[in-house]
Parts: sequence; structure tokens; C-alpha cells
Amino acid sequence: MNMIEAINSAMHVMMERDPDVVVMGEDVGYFGGVFRCTAGLQAKFGKTRVFDTPISECGIVGVAVGMGAYGLRPVPEIQFADYIYPGIDQLISEAARLRYRSAGEFIAPITVRSPFGGGIFGGQTHSQSPESLFTHVAGLKTVIPSTPYDAKGLLISAIEDNDPVIFFEPKRIYNGPFTGYYDRPVEPWSKHAAADVPTGHYRIPLGKANIVRAGEALTILAYGTMVHVAKAVVEANGVDAEVIDLRTLLPLDIETIEASVKKTGRCLIVHEATRTSGFGAELSALVQERCFYHLEAPVERVTGFDTPYPHSLEWAYFPGPIRIGRAIAKIMKD
Amino acid sequence: MADGPLRSNLPPLELHVPEPRSRPGDPVDFSDVIVPAAGSMARPDEAVSPHDMRDLSFGLVRVLDDDHKAVGAWDPRLPAETLLKMLRTMALTRAFDERLYRAQRQGKTSFYMKCTGEEATSVAAAAAMQGDDMVFPSYRQQGILMWRGYALTEMINQIYSNRGDKLKGRQLPIMYSVPELSFFTISGNLATQYPQAVGWAMASAIKGDTRIASCWCGEGSTAEGDFHSAMTFASVYNAPTILNVVNNQWAISSFSGFAGAERTTFAARAIGYGIAGLRVDGNDALAVYAATQWAAERARSNKGPTLIEHFTYRAEGHSTSDDPSAYRSAQESAEWPLGDPIHRLKQHVIGLGIWDDERHAAMDLELAEMVKAATKQAEKNGVLGHGMHQPFETMFEDVFEELPWHLQEQMAQALEERAAKWPK
Ligand SMILES: Cc1ncc(C[n+]2csc(CCOP(=O)(O)OP(=O)(O)O)c2C)c(N)n1
Repeated sequence: MNMIEAINSAMHVMMERDPDVVVMGEDVGYFGGVFRCTAGLQAKFGKTRVFDTPISECGIVGVAVGMGAYGLRPVPEIQFADYIYPGIDQLISEAARLRYRSAGEFIAPITVRSPFGGGIFGGQTHSQSPESLFTHVAGLKTVIPSTPYDAKGLLISAIEDNDPVIFFEPKRIYNGPFTGYYDRPVEPWSKHAAADVPTGHYRIPLGKANIVRAGEALTILAYGTMVHVAKAVVEANGVDAEVIDLRTLLPLDIETIEASVKKTGRCLIVHEATRTSGFGAELSALVQERCFYHLEAPVERVTGFDTPYPHSLEWAYFPGPIRIGRAIAKIMKD
Repeated sequence: MADGPLRSNLPPLELHVPEPRSRPGDPVDFSDVIVPAAGSMARPDEAVSPHDMRDLSFGLVRVLDDDHKAVGAWDPRLPAETLLKMLRTMALTRAFDERLYRAQRQGKTSFYMKCTGEEATSVAAAAAMQGDDMVFPSYRQQGILMWRGYALTEMINQIYSNRGDKLKGRQLPIMYSVPELSFFTISGNLATQYPQAVGWAMASAIKGDTRIASCWCGEGSTAEGDFHSAMTFASVYNAPTILNVVNNQWAISSFSGFAGAERTTFAARAIGYGIAGLRVDGNDALAVYAATQWAAERARSNKGPTLIEHFTYRAEGHSTSDDPSAYRSAQESAEWPLGDPIHRLKQHVIGLGIWDDERHAAMDLELAEMVKAATKQAEKNGVLGHGMHQPFETMFEDVFEELPWHLQEQMAQALEERAAKWPK
């Protein structure tokens, strides 16, 4: 299965097991979503459980909150993460705080799925990585898979979770992992062990990172597409780096991070989102707070630039092998 | 699920999920489309109270009849010159779309969006406004730029994100920005231009200007909160605005029912806000012209905003990323009861004796050649597929008026990376 199929399979499994799971969003019904993530679900589960919505992100999220309050488990899709903003008040002020403000009497067990990230010539309105907006909010969980296997297991956990979850799908690797070189094709998932996705139900717990590659010299923290780019650079340069796929940004698996950085003494953080106030800043602060006396070099961040995503210079914007390679070289120098 | 109080004597509640009348493989069913006769709608004075023109929100203003003759009170009685210029501009828009669509297929750019079948809703509307009235378009109003005489090569440079692109390769193809032609920069985030247009119009009124503003969105986009905020502000401040909804029946794969079309018309959205609402045959260039002229006159004389629903049909896919055969009947576009806007206007001017098939065929050839020449010209500046045409510095310009320290650092980094990638 590729990641799209794995995500589809997770919804399929959950809809079969739990009649309260409903899927909604722009174009998700008959058409199966512009990326086909919901293909076949409406035909199987009917129109009252899988349906198209008006183009109103505020409506989609707000209605999902109400459905959650009734007792359903809505899985709304926002067509692109760049379009989550009109729905953000319902996410930040409502979904995130429902449990808190009602002392646990109302909850919003919703999972908002949305493709995010660049690398597909989507220009500034189809490429953004807004994850840190959500990790800044108390009450939301933020999940980002990097393989089909993880995508399915994490999505199942997210749907079963009683808290609101933002589930960002790295669209650049929907069809296969990629090395960061835009002129090289995406590799099919079938070439990777991670592509073996069971058809049935399984969970990957939220809040648990994955050490995708063990190493002694350096810890690289990444998520989504950047896990693959970082891994490719490490392998090409023969660096003995430990690459950690965070999988969940909030709650964060601080134990795995801390243990790794204490072991390696060096930490590089890689994400595609803009740098300033990005999630890397949080990670960097945590590492300094907890591992300061073990550090051999300052924590480095490799990120997108603090500009909107430029259409034609997309590949100069993207944190690719050169930027990561240079950061590794710098960090290993000390 | 929470256990509700089960009252067995009550019927279970039911959720209604709209469904279009035909899907791929089905025969087309347009029996729900009511097409009133051309000329049958009354034309009230531009100063009319919105309360006294409600039927215009539910009917369909049509000027061209089945024989392509202009009839009724809404006939704008345009001079031959204007009619022929509208026809030519609509044909140019179509020729441009054809060629640039193919260019995308050839890998010269990442994306393209056609407005086939909807040419009248931009061209005739632009024709009825002043050239310096501000327009806040969505992404299918390339016809406005054509009407206002924007250079085709400039448009293609933008589409190719090439060296000549004055937007520095930043915007998605077709998301133009042409302030010198009072054409606002296009956003990919739907409906955001709606309140902005109202704000521009309010500013024009605050300053005692004479220019009005006009905006466009699709019927799907009327579901966005921005649409409703714009309507409220337009109503409260009597903003001199024309708010266009291009109802082309489809929002990607979702038919207009998902924007509420099963319950009422889009023009009737105006009623709840106390705004004038007009529903027009969007494939009738004369009706679009007449409605826009009416609304412009109303706005300019401080009588208030108008919401115009252009009832039309998206004859092609949503964009180059779309496959409409996966969700709608292939016959729909051919059987669309309001015909093709270019064909209808062409037959009208032929009927007037000011045009003929030979001249039309020659014009089509000429326009295709013109677009081709412009494409060749633009290709000299490069196409998207051939790499990064803009200097890396441009990525950091215009984020702010002045470059702060962190962007200066990042710019230096980008230049270093470039030198590492392409050592010279
Ligand atoms: C805020 C926002 N949500 C979703 C999208 C994705 N999207 C792009 S076009 C489109 C359909 C728009 O339909 P409509 O408004 O009817 O205009 P049309 O394309 O038919 O001209 C959607 C859902 C977007 N661009 N912006």
C-alpha cells in the first residue's frame, strides 16, 4: 500500500468497527477526495456516513465539533492544510477547549485530516506546513506520519482518541519516499519494508517516536517528508546519525529524544515549515533544557525559509540535501 | 454514542445529503433547470428598493432569445463596435485557454485553469464597467484582463513563472496581479477577495471617489464565511460593490447542491441582507452586460450593492489536476440548456448583419496565431520546466518592505547553497 491507500484503509477499518465514525469534507464522497484518500468509502458505508460538505472550513470543523459532542467520531478532511485557516477558530477556541471549559462534560473526539507540505509545485497556497500553529494550542494533538504503515496505525489511534487530533499527511510522500532531489523521482513504497501494511486493525500509539536509524554521532529529529530526506543525506554522507521520526508532535516523545541526544551529544532538527517560531524552536529549547550538559555542539535547525513558498523557486526553498548536509558538517566540526 | 431518549412513537430523523441528477454513464437530466423566455423579466429602475425586486433573484434575466435576437427591457442596445469587441475578447479568452492548457500538458507549467463556457461572465461584465473600477477576481476571470488589454505575453510569463514574470515566479499559474488595470492580486484561498472588495469600495466611498469595486467567486465558495461577512458589510455600509457569483454548477466534484442550490438561488442570498439580487443567464453576454451595467449604475449613484448570480456551466475540468469524467455525465456540457456564450453572441451579430461565418473563422485563426506568437515570445523567457529562473534573492524580497536580519541571513544561506549546487 502507498500512504494514500494506507490512510484509506485506516478509515475503512474504523468505519467497519465503529458505526459512530463519519467521514466528511470537500469532494470526499462520490469522488473520493482530490488525492483519493477517501475513495470507495461512500459506496461502502453510504451517504450519511461519508459525505461531501459545502466549501466552508469553519463549517466543516464546527459541525464536526457538534457531531463529536453528540457522540460521533467525525473524521473531517481539509482539502489542503493551507485552507485550514477559515476553520481555525473552531479548532483553536472550540475543539481544543471543549473538554477543559466543560470540566470534561463535553468532548470533541474529532480527527482533522489534511495534506500538507510542499514539493509538488503547489505554490504558496498548496504547500504550507502550519503544524506549529496547532502545537501552540493547548488541547490539540498533532500527528504527522512518514510511512504508510505509520499513517494507518497512527490514524487509527487518532480516530480512537477522545481528544481532537490534527493529522497532517505529507503529500510529497503520498506515493513513495523521496530523497530531497527534485529532479529524481519518488521511489515507490513497494521498495520499502514500511510499505507492508496489514489490512486489518492495528495501532501505533500517539506520543511515541520511531528511531528509523540508530547511530552514535548525531541525533536528527524530523517528521513527515523530512525523515526521508534526512535519512538519504545521512546515508549518502556516511554519517553515523540516529534519525528519529517524531510521528507525534504533541504529545511529544521526549524520552526517546532525550535518551538519544544524551547518547550522541549532538542534535539537528529538520522541518519544512518556516523557521521562526516553528516547531524546531520548541524542540531546540527542550533539548537545551534537558540535555545541555551532554551537548558537544549547539543544536542546529534546518528549515524552510521565513518566506511564503515561492512557486518557481520551490526547490531553493525546500530544505534539501545541501542544506541538511551543510548543517551536519557544521555540527560535527565541533 | 450517547443514549438519547428513545421515543418509539416518533419517526427516526433523517439526514439529507444532496445528490446531482446525473452521474457518469447516466443520461443527462436538466429538467430542474427552469429557463424563462428571453425578455420576460421586468427591469426596475436602478434605484429600486431590494424589497421590490425579489422576483429578480429567482428568475433569470435573458436578452438573447432562441433566434439569437435581443429582446425585452434588459436589452442593453449596444453599438456594433462593442458587440464585436466582446465577441472577439471572448474568442480570445477561449483561444488562450486552449493553448495554455496544452502548454501545461507539455510540461511547460505546473497548472492551468480554463473558463470555457464562462467567458461572458467576465468579458461582458468588464465591458459594462469603467476601466478603472477595481476588480477582485477569482481564478476564472482571465477575460477581464483580455478586455482591459493586458499583454498576452505578460500573462504567459506569469503562467510559466519565467524570467519575465513580474510576480517573480511566486504565484501559482493564472494568479495574476495587475494594479495598472485595477485588477487585484488573485488568492488561491477561496472567497477571501469578497470582503476585500467591499473594503475597497468602502474606502472609495470614504474618500469620495467615483470608482466602484466588483468581485467574483464560484457558487461553491459562497459557503465560505468570507462571503457572508462581505455581504453583511456591503449591506451595513451600502458599499458601492458588485458581488458576482459564477454559478457554473460544479465545485470540483461537488455539484451546486452542496452550496445550498437545492433550497434557493444564489442571487436570493441577497434578500436576507437587504441587498439587490439579480439572477442572469451567464451564457448570454448581453444579459451579463445589462445586469452589470444596472448594478454599476446603482452602486455609482449610492443606491447600494448588488449580488449577481451568473447561471452558467463549467464546460471543462476544474483545472488541469481534475478529471470531470469521474463524477459527472459526459453529455452535460453538450446538453446544457443555455448553450455556448460565444456561439450565441456570434449568431446574434450575424443576425444583425454585422458579422458572418467567414469573418468569424478568420478571426479564430488570427487569435490562435496571436496567442501562439505570444507564447513563443514568452518562451524566450523560459518555461517552468526549465528550472529556477528567478535570482535567489527574489525569494526574500517583499516579505516585508525592508529585509530584517533573519531574512538577510537566510538569503545569504540560499546563495551559498546555490553556489554549492551549481559551482561556477
Ligand atoms: C479556503 C479554500 N478551501 C478549499 C480550497 C480548494 N478548492 C479550490 S477550488 C475549489 C472549488 C471551488 O468551486 P467554486 O467556488 O464553485 O468555483 P469554480 O471552481 O467552480 O469556478 C476548492 C474546494 C481553496 N482553494 N480554498
